[in-house]
Amino acid sequence: MSWFTQTIFSTSVGRKVIMALTGLFLCTFLAVHLAGNFQLLHNDGGKAFNLYTVFMTSNPLIKTISYVNFAFILGHVVWGAYITYKNRQARPTGYAYNDPGKTSSFSSRWMGVLGTMILIFLIIHLKDFKMAYLGITHKLDLVTYTLDNGDQVEVKNMYDEVIEEFHEPVVVGIYVLSMIALGFHLYHGFQSAFQTLGLRHPKYTPVIKSAGFIFWGLIPLGFAIIPLIIFFCRN
Amino acid sequence: MSGHMNLTLKVWRQKDAKAAGKLETYEAKDVSPDMSFLEMIDVVNESLIKKGVEPIAFDHDCREGICGACSMYINGHAHGPKQGITTCQLHMRSFKDGETITIEPWRAKAFPIIKDLVVDRSAFDRIIQAGGYVSVNTGVTIDANAIAIPKEHADNAMDAATCIGCGACVAACKNASATLFLSAKVSQLALLPQGHPERAARVEAMIDQMELEGFGNCTNTEACSAECPKEIGQEHIARMNREFYAAKLSSSKTK
Repeated sequence: MSWFTQTIFSTSVGRKVIMALTGLFLCTFLAVHLAGNFQLLHNDGGKAFNLYTVFMTSNPLIKTISYVNFAFILGHVVWGAYITYKNRQARPTGYAYNDPGKTSSFSSRWMGVLGTMILIFLIIHLKDFKMAYLGITHKLDLVTYTLDNGDQVEVKNMYDEVIEEFHEPVVVGIYVLSMIALGFHLYHGFQSAFQTLGLRHPKYTPVIKSAGFIFWGLIPLGFAIIPLIIFFCRN
Repeated sequence: MSGHMNLTLKVWRQKDAKAAGKLETYEAKDVSPDMSFLEMIDVVNESLIKKGVEPIAFDHDCREGICGACSMYINGHAHGPKQGITTCQLHMRSFKDGETITIEPWRAKAFPIIKDLVVDRSAFDRIIQAGGYVSVNTGVTIDANAIAIPKEHADNAMDAATCIGCGACVAACKNASATLFLSAKVSQLALLPQGHPERAARVEAMIDQMELEGFGNCTNTEACSAECPKEIGQEHIARMNREFYAAKLSSSKTK
């Protein structure tokens, strides 16, 4: 093994670096994804959202980043599972009486479970939308738009698909619950990544912890509020 | 005997490393609130000896909080429910009359149980042997002030050096990770000029040894610092991580 593979597979700090770097990348992905989702709330019958969908799935740079994104999700899952397995092995017999609630946060102790909930959500999410867009589960209707330069384009009506899905109470329920899990996951995960990377400083750590609210509070709230608005306020 | 307490103890009893252990219930009667926790166990042991029962085996030495020998997981907390103290500094006035107290050994694959509440912590010794020291070629005594050390660095190094190697961090960590213990030594020596020449080799060797001993991976729950009798902080873990990255990226060790 080279020093690099030895570090990321066989040292605890090296394994954690993979979790921290992939995790922080996925945080930026969430921000971009949410910005795109807000186009669902435009009152334009879905034009902005449908054209955005075409851009996100055809632009070569975005496509490359999306493959990196999938690789990072996979890396985060695989390393997370490996670390959890190693940690279980490190304490084969647990305590008969334990009281961890006073010394550590709920989020920090349940990262594996919360992460698994997010993974299950991701699989449902990709089946609902990605596979529909690719025409694997079913064919989407086509819609024609006139662009600013006068050109006509015919695109898949992803907007209608999303609106239809978000009128199913079960789908909306799963989305909202999953975003609560995401919020708890990031409550620990975001600031923990900086600690793992050794980025701790009396001046900047309080800033990181405050900025974490954007990721564990505002972003999951933004993701959860869109299906709720569609369910209750859109026909 | 006013103010004395009667307590119920649930104690982990295990004959030897290979035997299956279980919690046994004992009554501790007429316990003075001024006793330390270990003195209370001493009294219980005397009553057990009189009854012909094998006394409870437990580690202890200085009984003043500086040796790191005592190691009991009391009511779900390493060294009991109070912060910043070892088991020997825990007094019975911290408990209520009639209370049931559960006492278990440290639980970690790397800390195998020897008997009852006694665990083998030699894994810590092997981690220190891997690099937790400064090599000095002896010669004439040099002036103590020949190497200038800023007060802030000396203070931070001293904070890290207060680690007594008791293993409460491992016991409290949900992953049985020894990261706080390692970081205390790595941080202490990284902060002092005497530790600089060997810093890269030190952190690599100590982290490799932690892996070999079977400790878990740190997930930054911070339970270790909360349970540490010397209250060693998380900043030492961050410093050790920085030391590790610098070492990995710059050392000449390619395997």
